[in-house]
Amino acid sequence: MTEKTMVKGNEAMAEAAIRAGCRLYFGYPITPQSEFTEYMAKRLPEVGGSFLQSESEVSAVNMIYGAACTGRRVLTSTSGPGFSLMQEGMSYIAGAELPSVFVNVVRGGPGLGDIQPAQSDYFQATKGGGHGDYHAVVLGPGTIQEAVELISDAFDIADRYRTPVIVLADGMLGQMMEPVIFGKYRDPDSLPDHSEWSLTGAGKREPHKVTSFNIDPYELEKMNMRYQAKYKEIIKNETRYETIRTEDADYLLVGFGTMGRILGSVIRQAREQGIKVGLFRPITLWPFPYDQLKKSAKGKKYVLDVEMSTGQMVEDVRLAVGDSLPVHFYGRTGGVVPNPEEVLQALRKHTEEAE
Amino acid sequence: MSVLTTFKPPKALSGKEFTYCPGCQHGTVHRLIAEVIDELQIQGRTIMVAPVGCSVFAYEFFDVDGTVAAHGRAPAVATGMKRALKDSVVFTYQGDGDLAAIGTAEIVHAANRGEKITTIFINNAIYGMTGGQMAPTTLLGMKTSTCPYGRTVENDGYPVHVCELLKETGGIAYLERTTVNTPQDIRKTRKALRKAFTAQLKGLGFSLVEVLSTCPTNWGMNPIEATEWLEENLKREFKVGLFVDKVGDDQ
Amino acid sequence: MAVNYVEIDADRCKGCGLCISVCPKKVLRFSSSFNSKGYHPAEQHDPDNCIGCGFCYLVCPDTSVTVLKETSKAGT
Repeated sequence: MTEKTMVKGNEAMAEAAIRAGCRLYFGYPITPQSEFTEYMAKRLPEVGGSFLQSESEVSAVNMIYGAACTGRRVLTSTSGPGFSLMQEGMSYIAGAELPSVFVNVVRGGPGLGDIQPAQSDYFQATKGGGHGDYHAVVLGPGTIQEAVELISDAFDIADRYRTPVIVLADGMLGQMMEPVIFGKYRDPDSLPDHSEWSLTGAGKREPHKVTSFNIDPYELEKMNMRYQAKYKEIIKNETRYETIRTEDADYLLVGFGTMGRILGSVIRQAREQGIKVGLFRPITLWPFPYDQLKKSAKGKKYVLDVEMSTGQMVEDVRLAVGDSLPVHFYGRTGGVVPNPEEVLQALRKHTEEAE
Repeated sequence: MSVLTTFKPPKALSGKEFTYCPGCQHGTVHRLIAEVIDELQIQGRTIMVAPVGCSVFAYEFFDVDGTVAAHGRAPAVATGMKRALKDSVVFTYQGDGDLAAIGTAEIVHAANRGEKITTIFINNAIYGMTGGQMAPTTLLGMKTSTCPYGRTVENDGYPVHVCELLKETGGIAYLERTTVNTPQDIRKTRKALRKAFTAQLKGLGFSLVEVLSTCPTNWGMNPIEATEWLEENLKREFKVGLFVDKVGDDQ
Repeated sequence: MAVNYVEIDADRCKGCGLCISVCPKKVLRFSSSFNSKGYHPAEQHDPDNCIGCGFCYLVCPDTSVTVLKETSKAGT
């Protein structure tokens, strides 16, 4: 399985889910992720799985809830407007602690917006989205290869912590093609055992009840504290990031997903122009690598955060860095992707100011 | 001397006391469902999906695996379960606000897909849990806390007839509207429930039994008056009877 | 000869009176005492006339009713 295949991002992520042992998909077509849904419609019957095109994203997320109750691996993919409709269900899924994976191939918003790549669903993904005190793990892949690997990891994290996991991709990642090495097929029968809590029909055991519900505030507080303890574990064990040439850098770029990847080429060009810059790329957007970013930013003259939005992750960057150094922001929105030259210009401007 | 128990509560109930008001017929329908589960010997592979409404605790009253769906979404949750576990028996229990207002899309599409699940729909023409507001099935002229001058066509449109709407969907295998006022009605409802579950067991498609029920508290009546009001008013708007039966003789 | 009678779980009963209203032999009534919930539960005041029809069981929304039949042993 070390052969490289040229494949479109949406289809690569779908295939990765199947190889991770996912045999259940419920979803609703939406650009720019529809190839994901179509791929699942074609592939799942071939591997004995079940595909269903739901009547809405509201229904899709609740089908995910039902399927996840049985302890089976289940996934859906969507884009911003659809993911907004799923937020009610996300909250219930987080509250009922149901392992499940969501792929949001983000497009320009708000409202109907457009179908071009964007990162403006960062707040929605990382700060809740639905009601109540909950978090979903959020992974931000920068390349199709990384997306394929993170889909597999997303299922493992979901199973390990009984939590929803969001893969926050964007229209660029979904639509482009790249050579990819896929992982091995995992046997759905060898996956983590959820028989301690899952709903399968009670047989001869005591019935299981899975809910996000408790009418007694003291009991509900206890449930919430249990979620919080779990989130602490996730922060401790699952926080991921990548740094590129940060050691000798004077300035630090921060970006995630495909923006982080574009910043990789900015570094090369900037250094050719004598601007010694490095990159910090968070891979887990929740949990956000606050401490790690703080460490990387130490001793730098400024931080420049670049996003395909009007500035969302930059709030976390500021939380991480504090007042220790200036945090600048550059972003394009509405489906416009900042090109390396624009970022270089911003770098030159802030460098002049800093000198 | 020997003592024989001729009528006793079914095994598929957990034994937990119902949280319903005195005379509320939710409990009667719960017991009938459990009797059918006992009779069909499906307790060990049944999963129930409770709604949001007065019966939000229903998952605790049955001795089977269970969950609570978001308001109106039970048919979608049940769909996910059934697609994941094809040998399970999955049923949803929903009220009129849950099923016929906020959950209209979910119920219509689950029915139309012929989803192999069973829905028990309690229609008492009012929102119970939130304290007596207008339901999609509230009768014209009927007063509730959100139609205090009586429901009007001009403002609120007409009562929703769920069975009449669903009978046109291709995936329906069994569809009946019943009541549980008298012992005879109760026996009929039990038979309808058995057929609805049998439709699922035979893989024939989606099945639903709508039970016209009383809500003495929010109707502002005593339980006996409520049964009379149901006979005279609710049954006039919502005709009881069999709409679809692809099960045939289920014996 | 068979003797029928009903047992009412007084603490489960919410005193709705549905069983009393459907009893064809009028052998049920509200108890004069309160149960732990504060209701007057139903009670069988005239077991001799109970025919064991089960109507009370059928309409009871709270599974408070059990119907029993006592028979003499064969040959006695």
